[in-house]
Amino acid sequence: MKLDELTKGVFKYNPIFYLMLGLCPLLAVSTRVDNALGMSLGVLFVLVGSNVIISLFRQWIPPEVRIPCFIVVIASFVTIVDLFMHGYVPELHERLGIYIPLIVVNCIILGRVEAFASKKPVSHSLLDGIGMSIGFMLGIVAIASVREVLSTGAMTIFGYAIIPIFTETPATVMLLPPGAFLTIAIIMALINYKNIRKERK
Amino acid sequence: MENLLAIAVGAIFVNNFVLFRFLGLCPFFGVSKKTSSALGMGFAVIFVMTCASAITWLIYTYLLIPFEIKFMRTVTFILVIATFVQLLEMVIRKHNPSLYKALGIYLPLITTNCAVMGVALLNVEEEYSLIGSVVNGFSAGIGFTLALLLMSGIRERLELADVPRSFEDLPIAFISAALLALAFMAFSGMRL
Repeated sequence: MKLDELTKGVFKYNPIFYLMLGLCPLLAVSTRVDNALGMSLGVLFVLVGSNVIISLFRQWIPPEVRIPCFIVVIASFVTIVDLFMHGYVPELHERLGIYIPLIVVNCIILGRVEAFASKKPVSHSLLDGIGMSIGFMLGIVAIASVREVLSTGAMTIFGYAIIPIFTETPATVMLLPPGAFLTIAIIMALINYKNIRKERK
Repeated sequence: MENLLAIAVGAIFVNNFVLFRFLGLCPFFGVSKKTSSALGMGFAVIFVMTCASAITWLIYTYLLIPFEIKFMRTVTFILVIATFVQLLEMVIRKHNPSLYKALGIYLPLITTNCAVMGVALLNVEEEYSLIGSVVNGFSAGIGFTLALLLMSGIRERLELADVPRSFEDLPIAFISAALLALAFMAFSGMRL
């Protein structure tokens, strides 16, 4: 079933909460929902692009040097994203900083390319890339919304106020690194709690 | 001439790679279950980061800038780091088997460690000199090792603690990391 390739990345094998991949950009840029969306679009482009290209060339890549080949393909896509963001959304580029070139070492991408795209046909790899990126987006946006709402007492996405300011004394610590660790810990514990309850039934 | 002490203290404490910049989190949670393996990983990272800082700085300054292909830095850096780690692995295996036994299994993991790539990019971004870059790489490695060791100490204790079932293993490790990060925030007021 082809559709399965798309949906498995979103829920069942969510790259963040199930596979524990891509933690570094996840925690570093999840201070605001804007940043999180920008980052996930970058990851979407790189992951779908490299999945498709590597799947196309999978018969010609010799297995001994496959990792360097994968890295070059991924790094090229990352450079495209880097230059594109620098040109069209310089403000976002500034805020994401070194975490854009660091997409190249994001384990989700190398992981999917190695475990999936290098063995499966193009159409499957395309769907897998889209599904995994959506899964990543869900995770990072979830964490970013918690952090943004708690740390600023409001939520604005690209200038639109989604939640108006509701408190004058927000918890600034959520903006800082400890808040990131705390948020992901509690989300993971909630998921565990749900799974444990399911087992008992 | 930059203030080397400021770079060192900054990289170890104030902007700790793991707890402030969130670089190298995968090994931070993956290899922090035992203090001995944390120490091995830490030494491997210090060594690779110091050398990688020097190599990438030289390549950036003497190859990418003169040819005006600065935008190729992502591709170049990741290839240089991957090649360097592979080469290092071969050299150590051939010449020092006992060291290979201690560090060998951690070396392949370092290739995709974002901390190494991160330090190379930061050196370029902050426009450090060669010495500054090497000091930054070395101190960032020390900072990484420090965080990893602290974490492994905490996790060894946590094994014996009675943690609620939903928090077992990773969630409680993240909570400990949050507390560690909170402690490290105290350094952020330091002015050098």
